[in-house]
Amino acid sequence: MAGKTAGLEDLSVAYVTEPVAAADWLIVAPVALCLLVGSVLLMLRKDTRLQPLIAIPALMVLSAMTLGLLWHVLANGTVTMTMGRWLPPFGISFTVDPLSAFFAATSSLVALAAGVYGRSDIDHSGRRYGFYPFLLLIMAGVIGAFLTGDVFNLYVWFEVLLISSFGLLVLGSERGQLDGGVKYAFLNLVATTLFLIATGYLYGLFGTLNMADIAVKASELRGTAPLMTLVTLFLLAFAMKAAAFPVNFWLPASYHTPRLVVSALFAGLLTKVGIYALLRVLGMLFPIEREELSFIIAIAAALTMVLGVMGALAQNDIRRALGFLVVSGIGVMMAGLALGSPAGFSGAIFYAAHSMVVMTALYFAIGIGVSLGGNFRLSEAGGLYARNAMLAFVTLMLFLSVSGLPPFSGFWPKVMLVKASLDIGAWWLAAAILVTGLLTTITVGRIWALAYWRPAGEGAASAAAGSAPGSAAGSAPAGAIAALFGLVALSVAAGVWPEPVLVLSQDAARGLIDPSAYVLSVFPGEAAQ
Amino acid sequence: MRTVIFRSIAPYLTSLMVLFSIFVLLRGHNLPGGGFIGGLIAASALAIYGIACGVAPVRRAIHFHPMAISAFGLFLGAGAGVLSVFASVPFMTGLWTYPTLFGVELALSSVLVFDIGVYLVVVGAIASIALALEERDRD
Repeated sequence: MAGKTAGLEDLSVAYVTEPVAAADWLIVAPVALCLLVGSVLLMLRKDTRLQPLIAIPALMVLSAMTLGLLWHVLANGTVTMTMGRWLPPFGISFTVDPLSAFFAATSSLVALAAGVYGRSDIDHSGRRYGFYPFLLLIMAGVIGAFLTGDVFNLYVWFEVLLISSFGLLVLGSERGQLDGGVKYAFLNLVATTLFLIATGYLYGLFGTLNMADIAVKASELRGTAPLMTLVTLFLLAFAMKAAAFPVNFWLPASYHTPRLVVSALFAGLLTKVGIYALLRVLGMLFPIEREELSFIIAIAAALTMVLGVMGALAQNDIRRALGFLVVSGIGVMMAGLALGSPAGFSGAIFYAAHSMVVMTALYFAIGIGVSLGGNFRLSEAGGLYARNAMLAFVTLMLFLSVSGLPPFSGFWPKVMLVKASLDIGAWWLAAAILVTGLLTTITVGRIWALAYWRPAGEGAASAAAGSAPGSAAGSAPAGAIAALFGLVALSVAAGVWPEPVLVLSQDAARGLIDPSAYVLSVFPGEAAQ
Repeated sequence: MRTVIFRSIAPYLTSLMVLFSIFVLLRGHNLPGGGFIGGLIAASALAIYGIACGVAPVRRAIHFHPMAISAFGLFLGAGAGVLSVFASVPFMTGLWTYPTLFGVELALSSVLVFDIGVYLVVVGAIASIALALEERDRD
């Protein structure tokens, strides 16, 4: 009705007037693709045969898009698209810097692996429950969270991924799943509520939610506004999402219950979205407040990594042990956040990408081991090396990678973080990282020795294991093996040839420490002021 | 709830409410209303029909599974955003066209498509929950 804009002479006061370059469509294309394909899959939910045939090519396209976006950002610097053409900060901006693009690309590769693995892990009834639609929608949430340049929009993407994760978590509606799902849902809703309260508070103080705008205005408001309270609220909310001690209890309570591929996806991606939000909000928007809080963050980090791995050491169920290892890895990333130096941030970013790939691959490896006749319970497992030496070898590589031994991808970020903490004299933080590495080696060594090296039938309850479901020796599906090998190849490549990843994470860390490129991308006119 | 009065009134009430929800949806661009509130009205219409006449007739009446309806809404919503790629303006920019039908100028826009998408998402999601709850109530 009032759509005609005849009365308004100068549209450029309200609108972005430049036409959008074709390459800039890559900014929003991954999210749009996930939503479109996810909704088509939801409409075709009954056709379980067709689901993976649509979803897996779509995830391939998604990976191609995010890799293209990464290339675009590295070639042309930070890029922005503001929705609906409204000028920022009034329109919602998607701003992609190297950090966003790096995480988006890594997570879409992990999702592709999960989609391929899910073909064999998720049966027809699981597909009817909507595994593939949820997978696409959760990727919309994860990638949206990585790409958005608006704090409230970040909250919305958190909600999108949370709701899809509820669906994935209770796929099959078993008793244990519902139990884990309730704990997961309740504690995550508390975290989301805190996030929302903090966002409301932020809007009250700043009058804007655009991240670039906040980065500019934070220095003006620092004298008068209670930014410390605000940042502490954000820290608590995001630390809860990332499962940092002492708010990590939802993760080990729920991650061992769903289908294996769902656990793998969650372990790889969800906590890293929390870490990303911490890096973005604390690292980029409020560096001074982060510095004030750095001692608290460092203590939380050290406790998270050490207590996480000690929890893993105590477990009998391999999936539970892996859940605790995810928590322990979060501690290592938090250490990078606490350090706040370029080396600290880039170590945290590198470690987050490593953890996305390796944690997912570890769950896959354990799942394939179980389908070959292994057992999730360590007391009953055994004999996998004799059954399939190749799988045992690949799993050992992943175990060494997660404990941070060279030449695998976990080694380099840990070296960077230890060096960065020694540089500022935080020897205890460096010691915590090293002790965690040692304890992780013991944990995974124990798992490998018991489940792989020990001959079958020597376990305490091997007689019972003979009749347990899943213990019949089967063969692993080719798709699952391919997904595992793809991820392992990524980890090994990043370990043997770390230079590109190092440069990329240093680039990303520079973007966090000096957000001027980020601001300039959203407000091209700001340079003159 | 299966009194004669309620059961005879419910179908008429439902059709009136669905009609009203479409009216609210269409007036929503510049006046109070829109996809979300319209969707809520339509979903409560389906809920009333379900309470009065049972869930099976509702499922028959809407033909598609409620989740499929809401998925189609999501598709429309995202698709309306993608339309702007053809005008080389950013995602989700409102695009307008003014065709003249039977001598009346009609304002059509991608915003309307998006709003219909929201309407369908809300109808589908709320109706899906409401019908599931009503079904559970019966046994």
